[in-house]
Amino acid sequence: MALGRSSSPHAHGPRSTQWVMQQVLVATVPGLIVLTSFFGIGSILNILIASVTALACEAAILKLRNRPIGFYLRDYSALVTAVLLGLALPPLAPWWLTVTGTAFAIIIAKHLYGGMGYNPFNPAMIGYVVLLISFPLQMSAWVAPTGLMVDGVSALGPDFLSSLQIVFSGSGVDGFTAATPLDAFKHNSSLLVDHFYQQTPQFSQARWAGLGWEWVNIAFLIGGIYLLARKVFTWHAPIGMLLGLSVMALFNYDGGSSASDGSIIFHLLSGATMFGAFFIVTDPVTSTTSNRGRLIYGALIGVILFVIRSWGNYPDALAFAVLLMNFAAPFIDYYTPPRTYGHGKSGTIIHRSKED
Amino acid sequence: MSKIWDIHGGIHPAENKQQSLGDPIQTVPLPPSLILPLSQHIGAPASPLVKVGDKVLKGQMIAAAKGFVSAPIHAPSSGVVSAIEEQTVPHASGMQAPCIVIATDGDDSWIEHSGTTHYCEKTAEELIAMIRDAGITGLGGAGFPSAVKLQPRQTINTLIINATECEPYITADDQLMRQRADDILIGINILAHILGDPERVLIGIEDNKPEAQQVLATALQNSIAVENAPAIEVVEFPTKYPSGGEKQLIQILTGEEVPSGQLPANLGIVCQNIGTTHAIYRAICHGEPLISRVTTVTGKACNKPGNFEVLIGTPVEHLLTEAEFNSVLCPNLVMGGPMMGFTLPNTSVPIIKSTNCLLATTAEENPAPPPAQACIRCGHCAEVCPASLLPQQLYWHAQSKNYERLEAHHLADCIECGACSYVCPSSIPLVQYYRAAKGEIRLIAEEKRQSDRARERFEHHQARVEREEKEKAAKREARKLAAEAAKAKREAEAKAAEENPESTTKNIPTDGDTKNTGELDIVQAALARVAANKASPADQRKRFERAIETTAARLAKAEQALEVLNKDKNAEQSTEKLAQIEQQRATIEQARLRHEEAKNKLAALNTDQPAAVEAAKGKPQTETPTDDEGLDRAATAIARAQKNAAEQASMSPQQKLLKQRDALQNRLNKAQARLAQAESEGSEQIDAFSNAVATLVEKLATAELKLSDAGSENTPHQNPASTTEENS
Repeated sequence: MALGRSSSPHAHGPRSTQWVMQQVLVATVPGLIVLTSFFGIGSILNILIASVTALACEAAILKLRNRPIGFYLRDYSALVTAVLLGLALPPLAPWWLTVTGTAFAIIIAKHLYGGMGYNPFNPAMIGYVVLLISFPLQMSAWVAPTGLMVDGVSALGPDFLSSLQIVFSGSGVDGFTAATPLDAFKHNSSLLVDHFYQQTPQFSQARWAGLGWEWVNIAFLIGGIYLLARKVFTWHAPIGMLLGLSVMALFNYDGGSSASDGSIIFHLLSGATMFGAFFIVTDPVTSTTSNRGRLIYGALIGVILFVIRSWGNYPDALAFAVLLMNFAAPFIDYYTPPRTYGHGKSGTIIHRSKED
Repeated sequence: MSKIWDIHGGIHPAENKQQSLGDPIQTVPLPPSLILPLSQHIGAPASPLVKVGDKVLKGQMIAAAKGFVSAPIHAPSSGVVSAIEEQTVPHASGMQAPCIVIATDGDDSWIEHSGTTHYCEKTAEELIAMIRDAGITGLGGAGFPSAVKLQPRQTINTLIINATECEPYITADDQLMRQRADDILIGINILAHILGDPERVLIGIEDNKPEAQQVLATALQNSIAVENAPAIEVVEFPTKYPSGGEKQLIQILTGEEVPSGQLPANLGIVCQNIGTTHAIYRAICHGEPLISRVTTVTGKACNKPGNFEVLIGTPVEHLLTEAEFNSVLCPNLVMGGPMMGFTLPNTSVPIIKSTNCLLATTAEENPAPPPAQACIRCGHCAEVCPASLLPQQLYWHAQSKNYERLEAHHLADCIECGACSYVCPSSIPLVQYYRAAKGEIRLIAEEKRQSDRARERFEHHQARVEREEKEKAAKREARKLAAEAAKAKREAEAKAAEENPESTTKNIPTDGDTKNTGELDIVQAALARVAANKASPADQRKRFERAIETTAARLAKAEQALEVLNKDKNAEQSTEKLAQIEQQRATIEQARLRHEEAKNKLAALNTDQPAAVEAAKGKPQTETPTDDEGLDRAATAIARAQKNAAEQASMSPQQKLLKQRDALQNRLNKAQARLAQAESEGSEQIDAFSNAVATLVEKLATAELKLSDAGSENTPHQNPASTTEENS
C-alpha cells in the first residue's frame, strides 16, 4: 500500500502567525480604551478607517501579485499595521490623512518590498513619518484630554456626531486641541520644571507625567506585559528601549532647571514611549534576530528617541528612532550572533566567514 | 544526586507515551520471511556470507562486517536464503538497497552459541570482538557500530547511558528498563569494564519515566549488594525535547559541550543507548547476536498500541497486524518518533536494528501542517534551538543558497532535531531546508576535493615531463659529443687519406678501435652524468624511509577522519554520508597501499645494495627500474649516434649529402604529418609545427643545393675511401 511522504518533524506546535497577530491586536485593547476615555472616539474612528483601507490595499496588491487573497488576508498582518497606525495618529485626524498613511504603509512600505516578512522598515512607522512630514499641521493637532481644566473651564471632547463630522469634513478640530505634554515641555524655556508643572494644566492636573498620557502609557504597558506573558516576544527589545531612554533621561536631568530635559518618569510615561516599546520596537520583521542584538537595537532606539525629543525638532520621535534603527538592524545582526553549542566564542558573522 | 545542567532551548511537545505503556513487552509470531538489509548501520554495508538456497540457522552470521566501521548481520531465525536482491529499505529517501531475504522454516532452531557471565575475566579486546561479532549497533536510532565507539584513543572517565527517550510516543526503552533492569545493569557493567572502569557511570533519564527510574534504582541497590560493580548513578532531569541528543545529554549531565567537529571521547566521555546495553548483555552473557529488539508500535491508527520484541527483518506490515493497525485511518506511517522519524513508502519494508518506533497517527491526531507562510522573524526558532543557532537566518541564507553565510552561522552544528520547525508559527519546513543545504555543501566540498586531486595529478604530470625532458637533454648531449668526435676523426682520416690513400684502408680497423676507446670514454662520461642525477643508495633509503613515515601518517589521519565521520551519531544515515565514508575508506586503502609499496621498495633496496655498491665500482648501476631504463635508452641512443657517425665518416661527401637530404626529407615528411594532425585537432602547437616544417624545407633546399654542387664537382672522382668501405 502506498503511504503519504513528508519530512520530519511530523508534529507541529499549536502556534501560528495568525495567533501571534491576534495576540498583538488583543493587547492593544487596554491602550485603546484609555485613549478613547481621554481623547474621545477619534482613535476608534482612526482604526476603523485604517483597517478598511489596509484590507482593501492588501487585497488589491495581492490580486496584482497573483497571490491567494483570502489566505494572506487571514494572517491579520495588514490589520495589525492598520491598528498600530490608527493608534499612533492624532484622534479626529481627517479621514484622508488616515487613508493616505495606511495606503502608503501597506502598498509602498510593505508590498513593494515583498510583503509580509520582507519589509525592512516598519510599515506603520513609515506611514506615520510620511504623514508627519507631508501634513505637519494635521499631525500635530491632538485633542485635549477630557477633564483638562484650562482657565477654570473643563475641556469637553466633541460628541459622537461632531466627531464624525470633524473626521469626514476634515475641519473643526481646532476648537478641541491642546498642546501635548511633550509639546508643552519642549516649549518651556524660562521656568524651573516645578514651576512649569504648576503653571501648565496638563501637568498640574496630572499625577506623574501629563494628564491622560500617563494612563495611556500605563495601559500600553499592561498590554505589553500580556504579550510578554504569552511569549509573543522576548523582553530584550522593549526593556532595552526603556533602559536606553531611562539612562539618557537620568544623565540629562539636572534636577529641574529651566534647561532640563525631563525626568525619567516623564519620559517613560509620555508620548509613544510604552506603545513604541511593546508594539513597535517588538515588530520582529524589522528588528534584529538574536536576543543580544535585540537588546542593543532597543537600547539604541531609546537613546535616539531621547535625543530627538530633547534636542531635535520633533516633540516625539518614536517613528524616526525606529526607522533609523531598522536601517541598522542587519548590521547589528552581524555582530551579535549567539554562541553556538560547542564553539568557544560567539564572534561575529563577518569574522566567522573570514576564519573559514 | 549529581548536579544537572540545563540546555539551551528545547520544546515540550505532547508526550503521548501512555498509549503504548499499557501492556508488557509482547512477542510477535514468526513472520514467513525476513528481509535483512546489508546496511542497517552507519558505515560500510556488510558483505553476504551466504548464497541463495543456503540453509541458515538462527543466530548464524549471514553477512560479515566490511572494514572497521561496519557490523555483521545474523539470521534472526532458521530457514533458507530465498533471495539476495535490492529491496526498499527503511530510509528517509525510500531508496532500494541490497537485502538478504530468508524464508523462515518455523523451527526457529539456534546455531550453537554460548556466552559467559564471567566477563571480568576477559580482556577489553576480547569483549569488544564479541560485541562486534554480535553485530551490535546503537539501538537509539543512529545505528553506529557499538564496538567502534568502545575503542576510543582517549582515556574515558565518564560513561553515560542514554535512557532519555525524549521523542514523544516512544516507550521502547522505558518498557525495557521496567522489565529487564537487571540485565541492563550487567550490560552497563560490561561496558564499564571494557572502558577501564571510568570514574563515573551515569544513567541519564527524563523525569517522565518515574517507574523505570524506580526499577533501575532498586536493581542498582540489589546489584551493588551482589557484586563489586562500579558506582552507577541514575540521574533524573526535567523532560524536554531534545535532551536525548548525545551532545545535549552530555551537557545536561556534565555541563560540558562537545567541541564542534569533535567526539565525546575528546572530553573523556562515551555515550551508549540503554537498549544497546541490553543487547550487549545478551551478546556477552548468552552469546546471542543482535537479532531482535524492542519496538514501540503506537498512534491512534493502531487499536492495540504497545511494545513488541520483534525479530530484525520482520516486515513492518507483519508487526502492524499485531498492533491492529488500521491503514484507512493512517495518512502516513512514520518509522522513528514524530520529531526525527521518517515516513515509510510502504508497509513491506523491514524492521531494522535502529527501528525504535512505528508511529501510525491519524489525520486528526497529527493534522497535516498548513501551507507555509512567510517568515516573520519572530525568533521562536532561536529560542528553542538546542545548539543556539539562529534558524531563521539559516533559513534565509539557505533560501538564497549563500553557503558561505550558512557556514558562518554554523549550519554544520545543526542536529536536525526539528524543534525550530515544530514551533515555527509560519509552518516553514526549516529542517528540510537545512538538510538540503547541508547536502549541497557536502557536494561542493566533494567537488573541491576532486578538483584539488586533479590539480595534484597535473602537477605530478608536469614534474614527470620535466624529468623526461632532462633525460632527453642528457641523451642529446651524448649524441652531440659522439658526433663531434666522429667529425674530428673523419677530418683526420680525410687528411690522412689525402696524404696516403692506401693507409686509410689499412687503418680503418685499428682506427675503429681507437675510435671505440675514445668514444667509450664519452659514453662513460654521459652515463656518469645521468647516474649523477640519480640518488645514491643511501639517499634512496632516506627517501623511502621518509615515504614510509608520511604514508603512515596519512593512513592514521584518514582513519581518524573516517572515525569522525562515523561517530557523528546525530548525522542522518544518508546516502551522501555513506558515500563519504566509502570515499574515506578508499583513501585509507590507497594510503595503505602506498605505505606497503614504500616498505617493499626499502626492503628491496636493502637486499640490492651490496650488489649495487659492487657494481658502482665498475659501471654505474641503477636500482630503480625507471633509472635503469633511462640509462639503457641513453646507451642505445649513444650507440646509434656512434653508428651514424661511423657510417658518415666512411661515406663520400656526396653520399653523406644524399643521406643528409634523405634524412631531412624524412624529417620534413614527419613534421608535415604532425602539422596536419595538429591542424585537424586544432592543437595550440600548430605554429610550432609549421615553423618546424618551414625550417626543414629551407634546410632541405640547402641540402639539395649542396648535393647538386657536390654532384657537379665530385662525381668524376670517386672517393677511394668510400669505395673501400663499400667493398669491405
